[in-house]
Amino acid sequence: MRRVEGFLAGIWEFVVGDDWRTALGVVVALALTALIAAAAIPAWWVMPVAVVGLLALSILRAARRPRDDAPADAPRPVSPARRIPG
Amino acid sequence: MSGAEIGLVLSVFLACAVEAVEALTIVLAVGITRSWSSALSGAGAAVLALAAIVTAFGPALTSLPIGVLRLLVGGLLLIFGLQWLRKAILRSAGLKAKHDELQIYKRETEAAGAAGSRHSGFDGYAFTVSFKGVLLEGVEVAFIVLTFGANQQRVPLAAAAAGLAVLVVVALGVAARAPLARVPENTMKLAVGVMLSSFGMFWGAEGAGASWPGGDAALLVIVPGVLMAAIALVWTVGRTMSPALAAPIGSAPGQPSENSSERRTAANV
Repeated sequence: MRRVEGFLAGIWEFVVGDDWRTALGVVVALALTALIAAAAIPAWWVMPVAVVGLLALSILRAARRPRDDAPADAPRPVSPARRIPG
Repeated sequence: MSGAEIGLVLSVFLACAVEAVEALTIVLAVGITRSWSSALSGAGAAVLALAAIVTAFGPALTSLPIGVLRLLVGGLLLIFGLQWLRKAILRSAGLKAKHDELQIYKRETEAAGAAGSRHSGFDGYAFTVSFKGVLLEGVEVAFIVLTFGANQQRVPLAAAAAGLAVLVVVALGVAARAPLARVPENTMKLAVGVMLSSFGMFWGAEGAGASWPGGDAALLVIVPGVLMAAIALVWTVGRTMSPALAAPIGSAPGQPSENSSERRTAANV
């Protein structure tokens, strides 16, 4: 059972990576594209808008996250800071 | 060769070359420190395992209906490509330490030296480390070969591009007899991220039922558009978050971005 869980966790980590929100956003954008296209309305524009938006949000989230190589006694950065987990 | 096929070959070649550089560092470290025959056996076994994965899953994927294939594989390719793009942007903006092959090589040789004395003949440590290193780096390439190749029904062409990249990197490694520290890994990763995201977006939308204006020619706008968005994000985030560490895309090793990464000690991806 643990092996199956480990395998599934590995697949998740491999495909989705450390930002599940981006993966979810891609799925939602594809579903929205399908819905709009099914209504016979041009839907090609959904994915470019979604991709640029999702990428920008992902970068901003990563930029605001404390980096795990910072010394334990280091002062926390005041501004949205430059430390990202590896 | 069509534009999509050129995109396929370029993406797979670059992705495979980057991963091969990283795998080469590990194989070199255990080969020089422990045993060349065991290290090369491990690497060869991993390559065979990767070939088996592509051979097993390739026909299964290409047998799917084209609409389902494009939706499924396009979505996966896009999610995967955005991961590559995100990491490359963060590294270019100085927000994430870049891969430092020399540092990784040093770490691997120290670990190999500390792993105990080896017996004559087969060295299990060298085989295992080499096998795992090549397999882990190669799984991403196998995924790209399968998804990219299946979507165009050209898995053999994708596999050939991957094989060519391995040959080029191995030849360079043999010539240099050292880790390939001067390869602009992050620029190559950014290029792969742009290609995977662009083609994933294109195929995913088509699979969902959308029609791109101009058909396949839309890729001539999508690829540069994604690249421009990535450059804009590097510039914006680099300026607003860490102006001292930001570096232009494509800066070579030894330039400020690489030096700044040396100051940081973060473990890399």
